[in-house]
Amino acid sequence: MELQHVNVKLLVKNPQEVDLEPLIPVFHGWIQDQVCEELLLDVADYRHVYAGPGVVLIGHECNYSVDNTDNRLGVRYNRKAVLDGSNQDRLKQAVRAALTACQRLEAEPRLEGRLHFNGQEIEVFINDRLVTLNRDATREAVRPDFQMFFQKLFRGSEYSLSYGSDPRSLFAVCVKASQTFSVADLLENLTS
Amino acid sequence: MKASNSLWKEQLSAKMPESLAREIDIFETEVALRKQGKLDERLFAETRLRRGIYGQRYDNGQRHDGRKVQEIAYPSGKLTKGPNTMWDAPGMQRIKIPGGGLNAEQLETLADLAEEYSDGIAHVTTRQDFQLHYVHIDDTPTLMRRLAAANITTREACGNSVRNVTACPYAGVCPDEVFDVTPYSRALSRFLLGHPDCQNFGRKFKPAFSGCSQHACGLTNLHDLGLIAVKRSENGKEMRGFEMYVGGGLGAVPYQAKLFDPFVPPEELLPLAQAIARVFARHGEKKNRNRARIKFLIQDWGIEKFKEVVLEERKNLPPDPRWTDYLKDAEQFQEAPLRPGGEWPSWASEAFERWLRTNTRPQKQACYVVVTVALPLGDITANQLRSMADIVRRFTKETVRTTVEQNFVIRWVSQSDLPELYNALQFVGLGEPGAGTIIDIVTCPGTDTCKLGISSSRGLAAELRKRLAEKSFQFEEPVENLHIKISGCFNSCGQHHVADLGFYGVSRKIAGYAVPHFQVVLGGEWEHNGGSYGLPVAAIPSKNIPEVVARLTDRYAANRSSGESFKDFVKRIGKAELKAVLENLARPPADPSDRSFFSDWGDPREYTLGDLGTGECAGEVVSAIDFNLAAAEREVFEAQVAWENGRVEQAGKTAYQSMLHAAKALVKVEFPNISDDPDQVVSEFRTRYYDTQKFFDPFAGGKFANYLFDAHQKSKEPYTIDSSRYLIDEAQLFIDAAHSCNNRMGTPASI
Repeated sequence: MELQHVNVKLLVKNPQEVDLEPLIPVFHGWIQDQVCEELLLDVADYRHVYAGPGVVLIGHECNYSVDNTDNRLGVRYNRKAVLDGSNQDRLKQAVRAALTACQRLEAEPRLEGRLHFNGQEIEVFINDRLVTLNRDATREAVRPDFQMFFQKLFRGSEYSLSYGSDPRSLFAVCVKASQTFSVADLLENLTS
Repeated sequence: MKASNSLWKEQLSAKMPESLAREIDIFETEVALRKQGKLDERLFAETRLRRGIYGQRYDNGQRHDGRKVQEIAYPSGKLTKGPNTMWDAPGMQRIKIPGGGLNAEQLETLADLAEEYSDGIAHVTTRQDFQLHYVHIDDTPTLMRRLAAANITTREACGNSVRNVTACPYAGVCPDEVFDVTPYSRALSRFLLGHPDCQNFGRKFKPAFSGCSQHACGLTNLHDLGLIAVKRSENGKEMRGFEMYVGGGLGAVPYQAKLFDPFVPPEELLPLAQAIARVFARHGEKKNRNRARIKFLIQDWGIEKFKEVVLEERKNLPPDPRWTDYLKDAEQFQEAPLRPGGEWPSWASEAFERWLRTNTRPQKQACYVVVTVALPLGDITANQLRSMADIVRRFTKETVRTTVEQNFVIRWVSQSDLPELYNALQFVGLGEPGAGTIIDIVTCPGTDTCKLGISSSRGLAAELRKRLAEKSFQFEEPVENLHIKISGCFNSCGQHHVADLGFYGVSRKIAGYAVPHFQVVLGGEWEHNGGSYGLPVAAIPSKNIPEVVARLTDRYAANRSSGESFKDFVKRIGKAELKAVLENLARPPADPSDRSFFSDWGDPREYTLGDLGTGECAGEVVSAIDFNLAAAEREVFEAQVAWENGRVEQAGKTAYQSMLHAAKALVKVEFPNISDDPDQVVSEFRTRYYDTQKFFDPFAGGKFANYLFDAHQKSKEPYTIDSSRYLIDEAQLFIDAAHSCNNRMGTPASI
């Protein structure tokens, strides 16, 4: 099963303390300087929507956002363009992009140090229902890929996987590491 | 582009109606041909528009990032999907929902599409459609297939075609309706979709149905074709029919629809609509799209001649069984409830009580209510759409509709289910009170995504909503019931003309810099199907608009007479006095270092409509052209006051004079010795600003200049109540355009 359109969301610590308004100028700044590998285009503000996409940096190949879907606030990378390579390559690309964005936001002075990865929880979605239906069969099919990837990401530390049950929803897995990792640690684990 | 696009066609082949499937195949071929350079970009643009695929802001490949204009390096390079429209630029997909009627499966489909092809949000429009933004053109055939499998089409959602047929969302359940218009609106929608007689219009054509004349829900007055249910007795038998109106429309200059026939029997509804379509296609303007709506044809001909030509055309139509096939079931049509009707809840919390008061209304069927789900700015998430599907399955037979106020209504809710339903809505963030009140603000997309947007209507709406919600517990009912509607530009997609407090985006120059503004439009009427249109009072910087709302609502609360509507209050107090209340808000900020005025709500970039003026912020220095345009603006306001006092001739003349003065202000920049002779002013303006296209709006072209030329040509003719009214609107738009032209020219302050 080919995993395209991988979405990765890094859940943040103390979400109630994060104010999304300063993100708008921050994301506009990312466009001004085109700080990412992808072509960045515009900013969409959905703060008025309950448990919604938050503030979204629209790009051509991907979107970045600080997303509050399911009332779980996190830094999200949504890969829109198709990527060549293996499933490991695509998971790695998306996780790295999310981590890099999170690292940038953690260091952003306008956010006053309030936005930080919680160190343990990562959600992965596959944004393509036809290829990856949210079913047991899909879980079985992708399990080896996920195991291989998260073994490496967490350096062999234990972690748990939990899946959403609504068959209408995107195929999604919530990965929770048994110990905390910094964004820098995880980026290093990805490259080693 | 989605990896699975090529797989969906086969997957859905058995689920799509054949006609829709064929249509989408054709479009997919056209996409391929365009990519190979074998289809002209103009042709492709119209073909995609007729499938609901619209351009979005920055699709010309440029975006001002707050510091400079960035060229956007799209991977497909110079490939375009229309003139000056880059292939890879995100676009908007409009999805037609006739009468706003949906079922649970369709809600789920929309949820999936919002998630997979857009940014997770579906947006309800002011014409009961849905829009998805940031969609890539390569994904659209698949997106359409998935919609078609749920029996939804995007066909003719944009372009020069018959747009979504809207209808009162309370049709069939409203206690005040004459009869349920649902089967008739659906029949008209089906009949006109793809009809050969509707393929050669110069502009769009919007039909609407209402079950009564007194409420707002159908907004028939502002539609090209408006149909209001009526009954009359013939030989002791009660007959259904429609008051038929034609030629209404908002746009830059709003027109009230004219009565075409006080009683059209149902069997004549479809053939007459067809005859109107033929007449519009044959005689409507084609070259000048600014005068191509049917309202201009009716204005030019007069309603009597228009009617005569249509009735003649009607006689020549070959009979079509579809005209009447649907009628045998129409009178029996009725939705049914899922659960037995119950008692009104006996106990309620304060929050629940408030929600009951603003978000429910009784049905004509005892023990049932309609519940309104208020969507902030018309937005709903994919997860909320799925929850809506669950809720309408649980409590009703999937009887849900969208509204022109950008909300949902759930019909046939048993009263005894209200606490449970409220809890279910609350759980997913859809149980907010305030539907149809001052906090339930209607807005078009504005500068967020629309290419034509001048000011941030959504940014302003979000800010107003936040501030008003904080105060909403203090509002007395008359203030609470006011309607605020916002458009990002003069094109009225936010329906600002029929609001109590309407706003539309304009730009002005302050101290050499473009500053986002909104024209404040007062005196519109939402009831009576959009019974009357407001007029602009003053252009105010965007950042001062919340204070405008506060002052006007405070004044209304303090000074209204018992039972007085806001429209009547405005009329009694007078716009001159209300303008005075706002006067100091129109001025530049006292502190020139305060840069907040130079950016818009929700967008921190320094505001621009193109190139900014280059001068430093120069405090009190105001150019002569600014003074002259301000004088023109004063005159158009005087014209408005004269019109409201019944001095029609003076109103027309003053409006015309204001245009001349604005034109002269521009001419004077290049030709200081210009005289006051109207012929010379118009001639010089034409040579210097029209022929050179300096005055041209980036999207509307020479539309506003033509207002001056028309007014000049007709300046010796007497003014009527209608013509002077239109001229006032045109004069205001001409002056707004003169301001924009001045902004683009970056006129130095010394002139």
